[in-house]
Amino acid sequence: MLNINEILQTIEMVKSRHLDIRTITMGISLFDCISDDKKKTADMVYKKIVAKAGKLKETGDILASRYGIPIVNKRVSVTPVSLIGASGGGFAEIARALDRAAKEIGIDFIGGYSALVHKGMTDYERRLILSLPEVLSSTERVCASINVASTRAGINMDAVALMGEVIKEISRATADKKSVGCSKLVVFANAVEDNPFMAGAFNGCGENDCVINVGISGPGVILGALEEVKGADFSVVAETIKKTAFKITRAGQLIAMEAVKLLNANFGIIDLSLAPTPKRGDSVARILEEMGLESVGAHGSTAALALLNDAVKKGGVMATSYAGGLSGAFIPVSEDIGMIEAVERGALSIEKLEAMTAVCSVGLDMIAVPGDTSAAVISAIIADEAAIGVVNNKTTAVRIIPVCGQSEGSVEYGGLFGTAPIMKTSPFKSDEFIKRGGRIPAPIHSNKN
Amino acid sequence: MRAVISVIGRDKKGIIAKVSGCLFDVNVNIEDISQTIMGDLFTMIMMVDLSESSADIGHVNDLLQKTATDMKVEIRLQNEEIFNSMHKI
Repeated sequence: MLNINEILQTIEMVKSRHLDIRTITMGISLFDCISDDKKKTADMVYKKIVAKAGKLKETGDILASRYGIPIVNKRVSVTPVSLIGASGGGFAEIARALDRAAKEIGIDFIGGYSALVHKGMTDYERRLILSLPEVLSSTERVCASINVASTRAGINMDAVALMGEVIKEISRATADKKSVGCSKLVVFANAVEDNPFMAGAFNGCGENDCVINVGISGPGVILGALEEVKGADFSVVAETIKKTAFKITRAGQLIAMEAVKLLNANFGIIDLSLAPTPKRGDSVARILEEMGLESVGAHGSTAALALLNDAVKKGGVMATSYAGGLSGAFIPVSEDIGMIEAVERGALSIEKLEAMTAVCSVGLDMIAVPGDTSAAVISAIIADEAAIGVVNNKTTAVRIIPVCGQSEGSVEYGGLFGTAPIMKTSPFKSDEFIKRGGRIPAPIHSNKN
Repeated sequence: MRAVISVIGRDKKGIIAKVSGCLFDVNVNIEDISQTIMGDLFTMIMMVDLSESSADIGHVNDLLQKTATDMKVEIRLQNEEIFNSMHKI
């Protein structure tokens, strides 16, 4: 029998602590859309997405109403488009088909305009990468990701160098919209095949035809629980986070199983994530501060984040049969009010953020830098972040926005993208380093020091 | 299907009467009611069974939301599975 306090606790989590299901993402395989005619391929892509995900939005709304938990995003991820257009070409046509399909089914983003080039880059993958400025400036809902490194292959420095140039191009191509095109591109190391979160979601080659992946959230709920144990030692902190993460994940598991039934899809994974939004009270930074830091970015931030990230996973894995995706705590700058304020008060630099990404779920996410930052510096930031991922056997990513025509202050993107304070990069050059090209070899897996 | 109805708001006459009247109209059975006061807020939790109801959960919710607006309280109708999932192993 349910007890009244448990019922009230759940209601309180939704009412005052922003508990929500962050995303239901349908992964769709496009392998059966491949043809040698680009128009035909694009046409099949559009039809398949509309057929499989036509009821995604409606289903999300039904489940939110039935269980009384908001479901913030309904999205679609597809097989990396570099593979789908490899034979017939027409990457831009496929991108437009994705954009139209997303609009038709009423979702805000569709991910998978992607290429995996961590070991080598084929001609067709290069063509897809070079099409990014045109695609991200001419479509509204298409999201892209490029995997440039892996623990098994090392870091493809040719791809890293190219991505610096391409990000600058995207910044220029969307200069009239504060370079927003860059917010729709993620550069990965060790990209995962079942990530439900944009902009880096794609449906990997080993995935089923139609899969439901659910990303949970709830930084506000964790913060609320920690406020109840003020001053307690870290064993209590970890235990409190685990218990709360368990409850949040169970809500996600229930919604995922129901979505699978209603949409006639396969169950993929639950992404055990703490994903912040710019709303007050929905911040990961505030959780770290609740642990006793004056501001996120202070010494101790990396340790606090490591504890949080680990405890969220430990609590979550017992609550779901399949955990996956990017599970952990996200620390995007522009999307978290606590992170924004830390940068503005001078407490958080890009260097400290980089250290924190060694123990968080992903990496340098939604970082705005001056518009005149060179392509080589952007590539070097990507290389540093990839090195952290490759050596530590984890996913890392860079989503960086050189804001055209702006060198300081902040940029307002609105909605979930929030406000990005422009962060300073090192004034020292990395050009000769990036110019070398080639591949940084995979790291050794013994003698771990 | 069983569901939990929660009503939160300032205490006033007729809250229970209005909500239960609304449920009676669509043949929803009330299995249990408990009330408590949290601070100055009135909180009522009802366990209900919708299996013999003439309306689906969405319609019942629409009716309850009308009552919520009239009485200036918050009313939630949630499938009980969400609470079982979150609080029972």
